[in-house]
Amino acid sequence: MNAPTLWIIVPVILGVVLLFINNHRTLSIVGGTAAVLLALTAQFVPIELALKLGPFSLKIDSSLTILGRVLLIQPSEGSLLALIYGAAGLWFLGAEASQTATRLVPQGFMIIALMVASIAVEPFLYAALFIEMAILLSIPLLTPIYVRPGRGVVRFLIYQTLAMPFILLAGWLVAGVEASPGDLALAAQSAAMLGLGFAFLLAIFPLYNWMPLLLEETSPYVVGFLLWTLPTMTIIFGAGFLDRYSWLRSSPQLILALRYLGLLMVVSGGVFAAFQRHLGRIMAYGSVAETGFSLLALSLDLRLGIPIMFLLIPARALGLAVWSLSLTIIRENVETMRFRGARGVLRILPVAGAGVVAATLSTGAFPLLAGFPARLALWEGLSRVSIGAALWMGIGIIGLLISALRSLAVISMAEEYTGWQPRESLSQMIMLGLGLIGLFVLGLFPQTMQLFLSNLPFMFEHLGR
Amino acid sequence: MAATFAWIAVLIIIVTSVGLLLARDWRSSIILLAVQYLAMFILVLQHWPLGMASVKVVAGWMSAAILGMTHSGLSDEDPEAESGWPRGRLFRLFAAGVVLLIVAAATPGVDTIMADAGFAITAGSLLLIGMGLLHLGIASHILRVIIGLMTFLSGFEVLYAAVEGSVLVAALLAVINLGLALVGSYLLIAAATQETDSA
Repeated sequence: MNAPTLWIIVPVILGVVLLFINNHRTLSIVGGTAAVLLALTAQFVPIELALKLGPFSLKIDSSLTILGRVLLIQPSEGSLLALIYGAAGLWFLGAEASQTATRLVPQGFMIIALMVASIAVEPFLYAALFIEMAILLSIPLLTPIYVRPGRGVVRFLIYQTLAMPFILLAGWLVAGVEASPGDLALAAQSAAMLGLGFAFLLAIFPLYNWMPLLLEETSPYVVGFLLWTLPTMTIIFGAGFLDRYSWLRSSPQLILALRYLGLLMVVSGGVFAAFQRHLGRIMAYGSVAETGFSLLALSLDLRLGIPIMFLLIPARALGLAVWSLSLTIIRENVETMRFRGARGVLRILPVAGAGVVAATLSTGAFPLLAGFPARLALWEGLSRVSIGAALWMGIGIIGLLISALRSLAVISMAEEYTGWQPRESLSQMIMLGLGLIGLFVLGLFPQTMQLFLSNLPFMFEHLGR
Repeated sequence: MAATFAWIAVLIIIVTSVGLLLARDWRSSIILLAVQYLAMFILVLQHWPLGMASVKVVAGWMSAAILGMTHSGLSDEDPEAESGWPRGRLFRLFAAGVVLLIVAAATPGVDTIMADAGFAITAGSLLLIGMGLLHLGIASHILRVIIGLMTFLSGFEVLYAAVEGSVLVAALLAVINLGLALVGSYLLIAAATQETDSA
C-alpha cells in the first residue's frame, strides 16, 4: 500500500462508485464517514514507518510512479491530508441537509483527490494540470444538466482554465531563473507569468466577478465547497513555489506585491460586501476577503505567516460550510435571496438566519468566533510591519461586519405580530447547530486545532522554520 | 524541409483561426477546428517524436467530434444570436488583423525567451493564443467559448512542447482537452434542455 493510492486513487474510485447511488442520506453518510476515515488514517497512521498491529505489520509507502513521474506524499503532509479530508467529511455530512449530496459527494471526492494529487505530483509544477482537471469536474457540480448554465459558470470555466498555461510556463521560466539568477529580465518575465497564473486561479481583483454571479445562479452549498477547496489548495501550492525557489522567497518586491494584493482583496471584498443587497453575493465577497487574508499571511515573516495561513484554513472551512448551508436552506424557502425577498426570514428559518449572521461575523473577525484568532494574529503581525496596511485591513473588516449587521437587520425585519414558524428540517437544524457550536469552539479554544496544525509547517523545507 | 512544413502549418493556422472567428455555421467551425489541430500536430512534430505528437491530433479530433456529435443532436440555432456582442465580419477581420500584427511584433522576443523554439513554432502558437483570447473576448455562446478555450490551449501546447517532453504532461493535456470538450457538450445539452422546457 502507498499513500498516493490511499489518498488519491481510492477517493477517485469511491467517487465513481458513489455516482450510482441516488439517495441523499446514504450518500451523505457513506461519503462523510469515508472522508473522516481517510482523515483519521492520515493523522494517526504514519507514512514510511512500519506500524505493528499484533502479528501484522503495516507500512504505507510515500510514493507511486506513473508514466515516469512520481506522486509523492511526504510523512510531514499527513496532518494536511487529515485537515483536507476532515473538512471534506464535514461538507459531505452536511450535504444531505442541503439536498445536494447526489452531486456533491461523488464529484467532491474526485475533486478533493485531484487537488491532493496537485500537491503530491513531482515535479510540482504539474500541479496546474491536476487543478485544471478538478475545475473541469466541478462544472457538472455547478450546473445540473436540466438547468441553463449562467454567465457565472462560463466565466468560472474561462478564468480558471486560463490559469493553467501561465503557471506551467512560469514554472519552466522560474527554473531557468534558478539556473541563472543574474538574469533580471528573465526573473521579471517569470514573476509576471506566475502572477497572472495565480491571479486567475485565486480570483484576484478584478478577476473574481464569477463568484457573485455563481452565488446568484446556483446552490450556495456547492459553490461554498468550491470556494473552500480551490483557493485553499491553490494557496498551499503557491506557498510551495516560495518554498522551492529562494530568489522568490527573498524578493522584497514579491512580499510587497502579496501584501498589496491581499489588502486589495480584503478591502474590496469587505467594502463590496457592505453595499450588497443579495445574501449570496455577500458570501461571495466574504470569500474574496478570506483569500485576501491568506495572501496577507504569506506577506508576513514566513515563520509567523505560515502558521497563520494554516490557522485560517479550518475557520474558513467551517465558516463557509455554515454560511453556504444556511443560504441553501434560505434559498429553498424564499423567492429570491435579495434583501426584499429575505425580509423577516428569521421567523421561519431561525437557525439558518443565525448561521448566516454568525458565519459573516466570523469572516469579519468578530471576537469569540472561529475567524477571530487567526485574524487577530494576522492583524498584529501586519501592524508590526506597516500601520497603514493594518488600517486598510481594518477597513475591510469593518465592511464585512457592516454586511453582517445589514443581513441581520433584513432577516429580522418581519411584519409586526408575525409569529415564529420554523420550517427547517431536523437534519438541517442538527447540522447547522453543530456548525454554530463549532464556530464558537474554534473561536474560544483555537488550540483544539493544534493537533492538526502544529506539524503542518514541516511540510515545507524552508518556510515557517 | 521541416521548417517549410512548419510555415505551411502557420499559414493553415491563420486560415483556420480567422475562419473560426468568421464562421456562422457550427459544422464549418468544427471542421476548421479539426484542421487547426492538424496544423498544430505539424508544429508539435518539430520537437516531439511522431508517436507523442499524434496524441495531440487524436485528442483534438476526438474533442472536435464530441462537440460536433453533441451539437448535431440539438436544435440548429445560430451561435451568432448573441445580443450585444460584435457580430460584423469586418469588425472581426479587423480584430484578427490586430492580433496578427501583435503576434508578428512579439514573435522574436518570445522565441528568445522560449529557448529558441523556432520562429514558425512561436508564431503559430502565439497566433493560436491570440485568436483564442479574441474569440473568448467577443463570444458568449457556449460552443464558441469552448472553441476559443481549445484554440488558446492549442497555442500553449505548441509552445510548451518545445520545452517539455514529458509523457505524463502529454497524457494529462490530452485528458484536459477531452475533458474540455465533454464539459462543452454537457453545457450545450444543459442550455438546450432548458430551451426545450421553456418553449
